[in-house]
Amino acid sequence: MDEIIKKVRAFIFDNFLFDAEDDELGNDDSFLDQGIIDSTGVLELVEWLEDEFDITVDDEELIPENLDSVDSLTAFISRKK
Amino acid sequence: MKKSTLQIYPGKPQRLLREGLLLSADRYPDKIALSIEGKEYTYSQLLDASSRLAQALLDRGLKRGDRVAVYMDNTWPCIVSIYAVLLAGGVFLMINPQTKAEKLHFLLEDSGASFLLTDGHLHKQFGKAVEGLVDLRGIICSGRLPAQDHFPVRMEHFDAVLAESSLLAEPCFVIPNDLAALIYTSGSTGNPKGVMQTHQAMVFAAWSLIEYLRLSESDRILLVLPLAFDYGLYQLLMAMKLGATFVVERSFTFPGRIYELMRSQCVTVFPGVPTIFSTMISGHKKKPLVFPDVTRVTNTAAALREEFIPYLREIFPNALIYKMYGLTECKRVSYLEPEFIDEKPSSVGRPIPGTEVFLRTLDNKPVAAGEKGILHVRGPHIMAGYWNQPQATARVLKPGSVPGERVLCTGDWFRMDEDGFLYFSGRSDEIIKTRGEKVSPVEVEQTLCKIAGIQEAVVVGVEDVHFGQVICAFVVLQPGCELTGREIKKRCLARLENFMVPRDVYCLEEFPKTANGKVDKKHLVATYCQEPAK
Repeated sequence: MDEIIKKVRAFIFDNFLFDAEDDELGNDDSFLDQGIIDSTGVLELVEWLEDEFDITVDDEELIPENLDSVDSLTAFISRKK
Repeated sequence: MKKSTLQIYPGKPQRLLREGLLLSADRYPDKIALSIEGKEYTYSQLLDASSRLAQALLDRGLKRGDRVAVYMDNTWPCIVSIYAVLLAGGVFLMINPQTKAEKLHFLLEDSGASFLLTDGHLHKQFGKAVEGLVDLRGIICSGRLPAQDHFPVRMEHFDAVLAESSLLAEPCFVIPNDLAALIYTSGSTGNPKGVMQTHQAMVFAAWSLIEYLRLSESDRILLVLPLAFDYGLYQLLMAMKLGATFVVERSFTFPGRIYELMRSQCVTVFPGVPTIFSTMISGHKKKPLVFPDVTRVTNTAAALREEFIPYLREIFPNALIYKMYGLTECKRVSYLEPEFIDEKPSSVGRPIPGTEVFLRTLDNKPVAAGEKGILHVRGPHIMAGYWNQPQATARVLKPGSVPGERVLCTGDWFRMDEDGFLYFSGRSDEIIKTRGEKVSPVEVEQTLCKIAGIQEAVVVGVEDVHFGQVICAFVVLQPGCELTGREIKKRCLARLENFMVPRDVYCLEEFPKTANGKVDKKHLVATYCQEPAK
């Protein structure tokens, strides 16, 4: 679990956050609220999930409950693996 | 819920934008006006909340014609704010919630906004943006209040303001010639310009759209486009004046959620942009999608590709599909009647009801049928001009044939066939259209040049199936600077809306130049833009 959180945070910081300190993003902060992810960002995120964790993500699974924070992503990945 | 005290004569014609809501609240007080963030609100609830916020703005000194900035996501407070400003006789301007501090500051300063209505989660940007604004008198903030304890003006919570305020006794006096909204749009010169729209222009345009989209009060209109985008805003204006139900989502970011909502809410009208349809179609190819309840699908912002149409018919088997063309300066120019979509698949149709268009050569001569010309637009939907920019206004609003009339010169090249159908054939400026948004390359270039280490920058739009165009940037770094394309993109993200950030950044030693010393953009595109950047 901790391993997944680390990977998810690293991906988000690398790809969507600028100059942010590690403590500026809480694991339960909404990506949408923070303006971190938009519709293009979600597609990049899904591509990464599928490659990195060898899972398939259906369109129906593209919902905030699965993808809108570090915590929800981590739980989603753990369920799918 | 107690009915609002705002009375309106039921047979009154709509002259002002707010009367759309007033009339519907009178006819359908208990009908669901909005379904948003999992909650539902009736027409009388919307009028009640808007009326309280309007009174609160007046209590805080808002005067007729004052500008109020709405920098919010697609939320209940956002919609309440729009109608509150209109009831209070103010002029609203919508600011995309992706906007970063520096540009937000520019928009607030340029418009001379006296109030900022915003969401708590946007505080990182507006906290910085509100410094040093002479006209700003107050901030009203929804959601979680920012921890920042010092603001240059009074900051209050949206819910508290509403709870303490009384109902507006009567809407403030304005007439249809007064300004209703400033709608900022990217210009080729860099800074965005505020398009001034009067009540009569917006009321006219909204009714014209309702007519050709064949909308009625039984429709359930979905919004996934930002309210800060004028076509998103018009969905609200149309839904409210019809007495329809408006189903609102923040964005198309999570398609699975949108699909679920469309089914559970029996959505009948789906307004989109090509990037959204492209995402739906790629999902549909993996696993069929079908929405039989939808009866109207409308596309705007950029051309809908012909090859999308068969897929859209599978996804929306019972829908009329509308291709449209427009620009903020007159809201909408033309639409293709859905019955013509097979016969004239590459046309954007004919002028919207109540308007006309004509083509002119560069020296303002009429153009023969089938020949290219610059599109000019006539009608009550034309803007009043650009805010505080008489020279820029004079370049696009030209004297018309009726004394005092002004026609809009769009600057876009079109052909017209013998039946009067229009075919887009190119822009006369370098504006980039990406993901349905207009982007000024100059604005992106200026941002790049502010990054320490960048000496020169050139930005171009490159054709792309999914995005319409993608933004590519070329930069020359100062000697010794070791910035990478990725780092440059990140720095752009701190200053620009997400859709304005270049997808590809190329760092070069120097730029190729044309014979007369200008950067050779064509050569750059031909050399670098075939393969994605590393």
